[in-house]
Amino acid sequence: MTFDSSLLQSLLFQSVNGFASASGLFLVAAGLSIIFGVTRIVNMAHGSFYMLGLYGAVTLAPRLGAVLGPDLGYWAAVACAALGVAVLGALVEVVLLRRIYGAPELYQLLATFALLLVISDAVLWLWGPEDILGPRAPGLSGAVELLGRNLPRYDVFLALAGPAVLAGLHLLLARSRFGRLIRAATQDREMVAALGINEALLFTAVFALGAGIAGLGGALQMAREPANLAIDLSVLGDAFVVVVVGGMGSIRGAYVAAVLVAQVKALCIALGTVEIGALAFNLSRLTLVAEFLIMALVLVVRPHGLFGRPQAAIPHRGTSEAPLRPLGRPARLALLAGLALLALLPLAEGTFPYAPVLALDMLIAVLFAASLHFIMGPGGMDSFGHAAYFGLGAYGAALAATALGAPTPVALLAGIGVAAAGAVLFGWFCVRLEGVYLAMLTLAFAQIVWSVAFQWEEVTGGSNGLFGVWPDWPFDSRAGLYLAALVLVALALLAIRRMVFAPFGLALRACRDSSLRAEALGIPVARVRWLAFALAGTMCGAAGGLYAFAKGSISPEAISVSRSIDGLVMVLLGGVESLAGPVLGATTLTFLKDNVMRETDYWRALLGALILAVVLVAPGGIAGALRRLRFRAGRAP
Amino acid sequence: MSAPMLEVEGLDAWYGAARILFDLSFEVRRGEAVALIGPNGAGKSTTLKALMGLVRRRARRLVFDGVDIADLPTYRIARLGIGYVPEDRRIFTDLTVAENLDIAARPGAAGGHGPAWSREALFDLFPNLARMQDRRGGAMSGGEQQMLSLARALVSAPQLLVLDEPSEGVAPIIVEQMIDTIGALKASGLSILLSEQNYAVCNSICDRAYVIGQGELRWSGPMASLDEARNHDSASPLD
Repeated sequence: MTFDSSLLQSLLFQSVNGFASASGLFLVAAGLSIIFGVTRIVNMAHGSFYMLGLYGAVTLAPRLGAVLGPDLGYWAAVACAALGVAVLGALVEVVLLRRIYGAPELYQLLATFALLLVISDAVLWLWGPEDILGPRAPGLSGAVELLGRNLPRYDVFLALAGPAVLAGLHLLLARSRFGRLIRAATQDREMVAALGINEALLFTAVFALGAGIAGLGGALQMAREPANLAIDLSVLGDAFVVVVVGGMGSIRGAYVAAVLVAQVKALCIALGTVEIGALAFNLSRLTLVAEFLIMALVLVVRPHGLFGRPQAAIPHRGTSEAPLRPLGRPARLALLAGLALLALLPLAEGTFPYAPVLALDMLIAVLFAASLHFIMGPGGMDSFGHAAYFGLGAYGAALAATALGAPTPVALLAGIGVAAAGAVLFGWFCVRLEGVYLAMLTLAFAQIVWSVAFQWEEVTGGSNGLFGVWPDWPFDSRAGLYLAALVLVALALLAIRRMVFAPFGLALRACRDSSLRAEALGIPVARVRWLAFALAGTMCGAAGGLYAFAKGSISPEAISVSRSIDGLVMVLLGGVESLAGPVLGATTLTFLKDNVMRETDYWRALLGALILAVVLVAPGGIAGALRRLRFRAGRAP
Repeated sequence: MSAPMLEVEGLDAWYGAARILFDLSFEVRRGEAVALIGPNGAGKSTTLKALMGLVRRRARRLVFDGVDIADLPTYRIARLGIGYVPEDRRIFTDLTVAENLDIAARPGAAGGHGPAWSREALFDLFPNLARMQDRRGGAMSGGEQQMLSLARALVSAPQLLVLDEPSEGVAPIIVEQMIDTIGALKASGLSILLSEQNYAVCNSICDRAYVIGQGELRWSGPMASLDEARNHDSASPLD
């Protein structure tokens, strides 16, 4: 690598580009941050507002241009799109969020994620799957020359737009009554209401403001990038990183973090391939990993972000979790009988050839969900990145089987080992955080694993993944692999049950219910949680390894965010307060996906509706509903 | 005596799944100062929170100033003219003193039906606050925060002041000041509902008292006869 003038120019060019991207990121993150500050809801659908702003502007610009002329039309389209998204945000707050302010954090995250799914399919339905190009910005389409390099004028404009919005927001918060109310409510919303302020109206206004800023961010991008369907999740991921790095609720922090993230990405691209000794790193391929590495680093050093402070505890309005109860003798016998029936399932292969395949899928899903439930339910740690350990297990097993030619059981063990190592490493960081910060960090680690799988082509096969991961004898038949999986999953479930009621499980539940009290009792909270995290990751790795052998392949798509979310849906659908929950949830969701959702292009909306139904109607999940029924039956005369 | 300004009958309240109040009844008449007395954990704060709609509650009758407040959201209850001064003050620590007061000063017709407080009148009552208008709430002492919390409640022009343990965690000299200030407010015609563990504070301000223990009403009567009951009755309501 040599430092010549062309590199300097390239750095400058990328740096302006970086500031332009930072502005877009900042607009999304600022909205996210304000909304979180006041309502304490992490809005997973915030990237969707950005996407809607972009689609809205791209659609409106030519139409308004025809009436007002292209110059005015462009800016009118930006304004209308931002306003439209703000109105939609207000609507979402009134219709959906008001019902879930009292719900546990996890339900809020999932409900807004469901919203993301629904909006995503709504956009697909309204605008179709093709990318849509926007018009060029009038008067800003040329370039300015700086140090012999042409910088796109619009990038320069965007680079300045970010600080302008930052200044505007700062003024709003410091000088206006609305701003004072936002700051007061960020600290103590209950007290604001007790002083006679209409809290509900304030929340709606704040949500509309946050959504509108995100919509503006999207609309302003129309001259830079085409409107496309993938943008909601990618922007959301970036915005999370920015908000968490900057500190939840800090606008200033959001801007600093947006610049940091965008500049590091720009630097990676500008530097390109770097040679250190004989090794060559292509840094431009590291952009995906880079931002999540920044986030992980910042969170370890400053758990509440660069400018964040510990959030005031919110009074817990829901009821606390009911204590778990050991199974009675009849239930145990019933379980054994069920297991025996499941073992006989391959005999039905003649009549229902597809049955063992579906059953294997279900078993893998059960193990995945049960391991997630172990850290979420008894552990109280909501992981949004459980796919990481699934992926490590799957890739570990697949690599051992294909590249090293290991026999199936050994390859599976290798996969489990890789997952365990990953969980030990990531867990060390994660268990030190709580609540949404923990959820975001688990998500970040999962994205790192995903990025590595996606970008390290030489080893992981890149986006295509690894093929030909078939098990050897005696697991090479459907029945063989199914029975092996059945034994493995049954053992894992038994182990989880034993652990939950063992002293270790009691300690874990104590840490969940009151980490302070547990610490005072002499329980090493971080170590107990770390061990639980590692065990869950290990079991999840087994599910991943089985998956690779069941499908004969593994690709990044199978370990993306949506796998993590599937796991959460399974656990919640089944019921987080019961050990039977993940089993019921995993089988139900697998069955639904297999039979209902593959019939439609709009499965995301369907899944979103399912999540919303669970969150709003049956927060106890299937197991909770069953328990209520039994309770009622028991009381009936 | 006029008709009660606040009537509470059969009030139950819950904190999560735990029931805190059991069938509590009390009333505050116009211009009167009433004490809720009881030990730690008796349910005094919960009673006041239940009144403001800040905890889950149920009541046979919950009427303030002729309006049924059982189903009203917190902000509507406050707007009817209840000035709430919470336990541990709950000042907005990121906001300045002036901003803390501004929050409570609702523009337009949303005032609390009580006497309006100009800044001058307010700063006459709390000369300390006048000097520190630009100070952040978080940078104030406990006593100063208590004054600000009281001033903030007054800005909303209440008819009834609801004070939750104003003497808790405050230096004795400040408690003396507080008694004088609250006494002056009462003399100006404000009704007062005061929760206290400190008997002396109640005695110097209040006309009547309700003694609460474990979420239930134990005794009620004029302040003076509580004094008698305390001195002569072997089964004292305060034990």
